[in-house]
Amino acid sequence: MHAIEKMLARAAGKEFVTAGEIINCSIDFLELNDLYLQVVKSFYEMGGERVWDPEKAAFVFDHYSPAPTIRTAQIHKEMREFAEKQGFSHHFDINKGVCHQVMPEAGIVRPGMILVATDSHTTTHGAFGAFGTGIGATDAACVLISGELWFRVPEVMKITVTGTTADNVHAKDVILNIIGNLKADAAVYQAVEFTGDYIESIGVADRMTICNMAVEMGAKTAYMKPNRAVLDYVESRYGYNYVLDETDTGFEYCREEFFDISDLKPQIACPSSVDNVFPVDEVEPVKIHQAFIGSCTGGRLEDIGAAAEILKGRRIADSVRMVVIPASMEVFSKAVSKGYVQILIEAGATFNAPGCGPCLGTHAGILAKGENCVSSTNRNFPGRMGSTEAGIYLASPALVAYSAYKGCLSDPRLSREDSK
Amino acid sequence: MKTDFTGTAHLFGKNIDTDQIYPGRYLELVKPEEISKHCLEGADPDFASKAKPGDIVIAGTNFGCGSSREHAAITLKSSDVGVVVAESFARIFYRNAINLSLPLIVCKGISKSVRNGDIVRVDLESGRIENLSTLEVFYGERLTEYAMYILKNGGIKNIFREKSADRKQ
Ligand code: SF4
Repeated sequence: MHAIEKMLARAAGKEFVTAGEIINCSIDFLELNDLYLQVVKSFYEMGGERVWDPEKAAFVFDHYSPAPTIRTAQIHKEMREFAEKQGFSHHFDINKGVCHQVMPEAGIVRPGMILVATDSHTTTHGAFGAFGTGIGATDAACVLISGELWFRVPEVMKITVTGTTADNVHAKDVILNIIGNLKADAAVYQAVEFTGDYIESIGVADRMTICNMAVEMGAKTAYMKPNRAVLDYVESRYGYNYVLDETDTGFEYCREEFFDISDLKPQIACPSSVDNVFPVDEVEPVKIHQAFIGSCTGGRLEDIGAAAEILKGRRIADSVRMVVIPASMEVFSKAVSKGYVQILIEAGATFNAPGCGPCLGTHAGILAKGENCVSSTNRNFPGRMGSTEAGIYLASPALVAYSAYKGCLSDPRLSREDSK
Repeated sequence: MKTDFTGTAHLFGKNIDTDQIYPGRYLELVKPEEISKHCLEGADPDFASKAKPGDIVIAGTNFGCGSSREHAAITLKSSDVGVVVAESFARIFYRNAINLSLPLIVCKGISKSVRNGDIVRVDLESGRIENLSTLEVFYGERLTEYAMYILKNGGIKNIFREKSADRKQ
């Protein structure tokens, strides 16, 4: 069996499971974001009274944080009341950050667990060797009542990544390149395992970025065998009481792909799909209006650090506005102590409160018709960040920052030689 | 619940994502009649005004990819779309649709054999799909027993509601 199958089997109380089988699993944690008050409504509509386990569910206020409208303020209010009434032991209000960042920070995520959330990027937690997957509001309400959910055991695709990246080439470039090659429907209904010496060598943040975007290939879940960096992170925040599942030798993957990233150039996903990816030197130096660093994909300390390194002692172009939103308050606080925030403010950046910000086009820097945005986020569908007639270019934080400085899409590898 | 549908086809491409089915900026809306006004707005801004009850949505691979928003299934359901036929569905969308009892079926190659405006008949039980305008016949993948059980009960909420009522007795 694959490590993922072992996790599912354990959660279903079975010795053995195989791909295609429908099983009922007990859930280790349910995370609810602030988009779907419907979860609470459905809970009551289905006859729910008490949640199955108040220690295993939590709200995270991130998509509408802090509340931009009266209606969203009302959503937050009703969710707070529900959390209090049910006695939830965890609660992440507007001062915490994006759900996929705050779950591991809070010591909830560990290898071997089954974590579901009302958000598609829950694949992020594969970085920790957990089974994370997104569900809809009605499914979430079923979990609140019963603590269980049915799953189809997925086939597993293996992607081996070898080599080391060049200067100013990041994990974001690696995953964009993979999605550009394999395309947006490559892994529909499947799990994706990332392995290889590159994956073994990278730290927690880069691993999260890659697993986060696995959903853009259609993946149900992502998986990486935890390395020492991950286990250190988990042990310092959660503790030692976790299960490390090993994939049996001889396990048959449904598909195998190989990527050598030694010569990889910075990548850009051009409008309007995530698999419309080109190396930076094949993309026109399009004029940009907004540069955005943030989200559960590109708003971690390392991402803000990469932007600060590029913009130290520089000013962004007059024609550009740059929005930076740390993925969490912990990230924000560390970025302050490391001096990144000061560097970016001096470069002309605008900071917003930790959360999703304009990633979903609801507030905090949305785009007008005809504008272009270069962004460290994960989706560039039409209308994702505002007007359906705005263009979104997805890239690494280094490329975003260097493009903000130049005023148009630019190759961050030229940053060093470029006279300051 | 009905399992046999005949209606006018509306054809869409592959990777129709949830932002195209239901843009994120309308997620605050809760009333089905408001939600239906924006159905498929990002892919075809006129869809909501021209679709008639019982019409059929036909699409390529990976329909409903992107976010986990249930509004994508709600907007189709409340627009009275009869059934969605696609070459494949993104899994969260698929689950949401079944849970909310929006009929759907996977059928390989369908998007190349149906034109906008064709009249199509879909029988969920047998998986038989017929293009009445061209008389071509296809067989889609039949739903699993559990999915069919949820659909026939009008959605998972009804099933849970009964279970909760049983527990209280
Ligand atoms: S940051 Fe963007 S992708 Fe991540 S959870 Fe928020 S809206 Fe979704």
